[in-house]
Amino acid sequence: MHLNLEPTIGLEVHVQLATRTKLFSPAAYAAGAPPNTRVHAIDLGLPGTLPAMNEKALALAVRAALALDGVVQASSRFARKHYFYPDLPKGYQISQYEEPYCQGGRVPLGDGRFCTLQRIHLEEDAGKLVHTDAGTLVDLDRSGAPLIEIVSLPHLHDPADAHAFLVNLREILRFCGVSDCDMELGTLRCDANVSLAAAGAKLGTKVEIKNLNSFKMVQRSLEYEVRRQTAVLSAGGRVAQETRLWNDEQAETRPMRSKEFAEDYRYFPDPDLPPLRVTPDLLAAQQAQLGELPSARRERYAIQFALPPYDVEVLTQEKSTGDWFELVVAAGAEPKSASNWIMSDVQKHARARGCSLFQLQLTPLALWELLRTIARGTLTATTARQALQHMVDHGTGVETAITALSLSRIVDEATLDPLILAAISALPAAARDVRDGKLKALDAMKGHVMRATKGKADPSRLEELLLARIHKGV
Amino acid sequence: MPHIDLRSAAAIAGAVRSGALCATDVVATALATVERRNRHENALVETFAASAMATAERVDAARRRGEDPGPLAGVPIAIKDNLLLRGHIAACGSRMLADFRAPYTATVVQRLLDRGAVVIGRTNMDEFGMGSSTEHSAYGPTRNPWDRSRVPGGSSGGAAAAVAGELCPIAFGSDTGGSVRQPASMCNLTGLKPTYGRMSRYGLVAYASSLDCIGVLAHDAADLALALGVAGPDGRDTTALDAPVPAYVAELANRTELKGLRIGVLDDDDGGAGLDAAVKAATTTALQTLEALGARLVPCVLPHVRHAVSTYYLLAAAEASSNLARYDGVRFGLSRKGRTIDESYANSRSDGFGAEVQLRILLGTHALQHGYHDELYGQATRVRQLLRRDFDAAFAHCDLIASPTSPLPAFAIGSKIDDPVAMYRCDAMTVPASLAGLPALSMPCGFAKGNLPIGLQLTAPALAEVLLLQVANVYQQRTDWHRQRPEECT
Repeated sequence: MHLNLEPTIGLEVHVQLATRTKLFSPAAYAAGAPPNTRVHAIDLGLPGTLPAMNEKALALAVRAALALDGVVQASSRFARKHYFYPDLPKGYQISQYEEPYCQGGRVPLGDGRFCTLQRIHLEEDAGKLVHTDAGTLVDLDRSGAPLIEIVSLPHLHDPADAHAFLVNLREILRFCGVSDCDMELGTLRCDANVSLAAAGAKLGTKVEIKNLNSFKMVQRSLEYEVRRQTAVLSAGGRVAQETRLWNDEQAETRPMRSKEFAEDYRYFPDPDLPPLRVTPDLLAAQQAQLGELPSARRERYAIQFALPPYDVEVLTQEKSTGDWFELVVAAGAEPKSASNWIMSDVQKHARARGCSLFQLQLTPLALWELLRTIARGTLTATTARQALQHMVDHGTGVETAITALSLSRIVDEATLDPLILAAISALPAAARDVRDGKLKALDAMKGHVMRATKGKADPSRLEELLLARIHKGV
Repeated sequence: MPHIDLRSAAAIAGAVRSGALCATDVVATALATVERRNRHENALVETFAASAMATAERVDAARRRGEDPGPLAGVPIAIKDNLLLRGHIAACGSRMLADFRAPYTATVVQRLLDRGAVVIGRTNMDEFGMGSSTEHSAYGPTRNPWDRSRVPGGSSGGAAAAVAGELCPIAFGSDTGGSVRQPASMCNLTGLKPTYGRMSRYGLVAYASSLDCIGVLAHDAADLALALGVAGPDGRDTTALDAPVPAYVAELANRTELKGLRIGVLDDDDGGAGLDAAVKAATTTALQTLEALGARLVPCVLPHVRHAVSTYYLLAAAEASSNLARYDGVRFGLSRKGRTIDESYANSRSDGFGAEVQLRILLGTHALQHGYHDELYGQATRVRQLLRRDFDAAFAHCDLIASPTSPLPAFAIGSKIDDPVAMYRCDAMTVPASLAGLPALSMPCGFAKGNLPIGLQLTAPALAEVLLLQVANVYQQRTDWHRQRPEECT
């Protein structure tokens, strides 16, 4: 049986906000701390404790909403979502239900298309269970960590688009400093859902996929589910409404729990927290903090700096790279040569040290000085690389590097003439050819002198002196 | 040791500040009195003798150094078993928290200590505040000092019995649906439930968060004014009101008569509770006295007040089912292991909670359940809004609303325990102000047969505590109901 089936995909992304303290408690949270060392009485749900909203978390949540073109609500509410589980100290999670702080929004897919969001809401994280030989242990460090949940509308129809959604979402949120969006650290988590139906028909039965630990897994699990559900439907079967877990080694999904009986979370507005207000001042401040988003920056780099698409792509991948580049240009560097040096050498040094450009000992001003020195002819490409290495290693300026490594080009006749004479006597045939007008032979002679000066002889000065000496006669 | 009268906090604080009395003598007297009499009433479930004496010594030392030991210097105060004082058990009258030692101090309790008060112990209560008689406690019932066969009211019955039995002049309780006012009424005390949010709830174990208020019990309005100094905003409770705190004690003197005061008098709708004849008579007389002092009585209607009891019990139970979900035996409190985690939850909660608490958790869970949520919880929320509007409309025509506090005087222990709905109906007079978040005060206004106290309740607009205290103070200048003492104290 041939069915013209189209997948419909939705994503739910949890992003941990880059605040110092938790959503409702003054405990400082950092992933990877020893278990139960980042826990306040509030996070434990001790009797008598009350949540108090972290204003910084609200500010970052608002910034995320603005970056994703969502409509920030002037007033929203927290609600309690009830279920019993040992990693949930209060027996309920403080989340937002009927009144999220942000409605709508969109995430670019990178090719001019967008995926519309249903909503973004704020909520606190749960702790986690650690299974050991001694039994199951509870680590409540993460309990109360600030999250936003970004819920897409089921508007994606291709697993590759889901991948693009996540790549662009991460780029934007990192760009505006909302979160580092690191899936390995769990600061970005994604659940996907997919249903199949004939194009234009009513949506099919939705299957949720969990245990997705990378963007690639999201895409592969969706591709798998599309194949699996297509097979089920093509065979005349019915897709069960359920949650499935992705097993990356087997490259397949397996049923986790049936969703036939939806869990009843008994939501109601949290009476411990007043309505969440977003003032026009907060909105304006976050709009100002937002800065330029990646897509706008790409457009600007192409026009303002006349950079080719490849350079634009590389320089806008991380906000810090572009910011660094712009400082070099602002100092006076020619954009394309600044870009060349950043893309090749500077980034290589940063990668080797596992840091961002701003964490290098090299300042943007120092790179501009290096570029200027090259333009003036003091350094060759080879000696400039040596100077850069020294500058990165020791945090010095270009002049210090040149002195330390004795990298100045040799231009004076007194130094070069004996070397030229030595080249002529070493390569008499070449000297003859040059004298006869066969200028191709000049390269061999120049190479001879270059080797003798370790590449420091100024090429045009050398050529000038060589020709003069050969025509003048030894 | 000098004879020390434990009835007036203002007198004690004045004497301690002037050096006429030592805080240690006052506290020793209070502890000795508890020792002698508490076994009759079971008002306090634990005395904090060592820490109380240490606090008293610090108060005396401060005074000797020439520092002001604070407006509550040396005043022995009892706190309800649901208020946290670091290092001490706060069990909420429950087996669940019988061993729960507070790792921090409630904001209000800390402010008491900062003002020189001495916390002498914790008082009995209906488990988690759920009850109107202090019979639902893991520590057994508290008895009314006016008649030990009768209840003191509840849920702050232990606090009321402690003050009425003259173990200490002030007790701090909590009032969710009348739990300070009703025991005040039944024990011949003056009790205040402030505006919702006037006092920080941080460190008060939650029963129903949108209704819970810390309240105070004392013999008269003057001592309530003194105690109310601990009110005010708190960064740890974002539902606490960010309003300046008036100088309550100083404000008392600013009214010496009631001329121009309009007191709204509700029609005879008693919410089906069955108003006792003696209560009716005493409160009517009290209104005449207020009128004689210059007040004008005006008729007043709250059209939705007849739904208040069912609205209150739905909302309170719904919130309680959520607030009490944390008692799962995993991190603190009673823990009974089962074969599975679900079984452990069930065992811990079945053993830890008493019958009334379990009843309300079930009721509240049902009210929030899918399919019933809107018709129960949702409907109750809407009625609450209507009731708030009723009060707003009423206060356009009057300054205060008067009613009996409780339809009945103290009833016999065990007489209503098997009929929860009859017990709930007794809260008809107090729950409306709770639902609307308004301040309300109960003051002694007479006695029923058998020397059973009767209270008059005054309800005011939000943040009008000063008016409530002034009116009660004027009334108490001209009457002596509040000076009557149970036989055991004379």
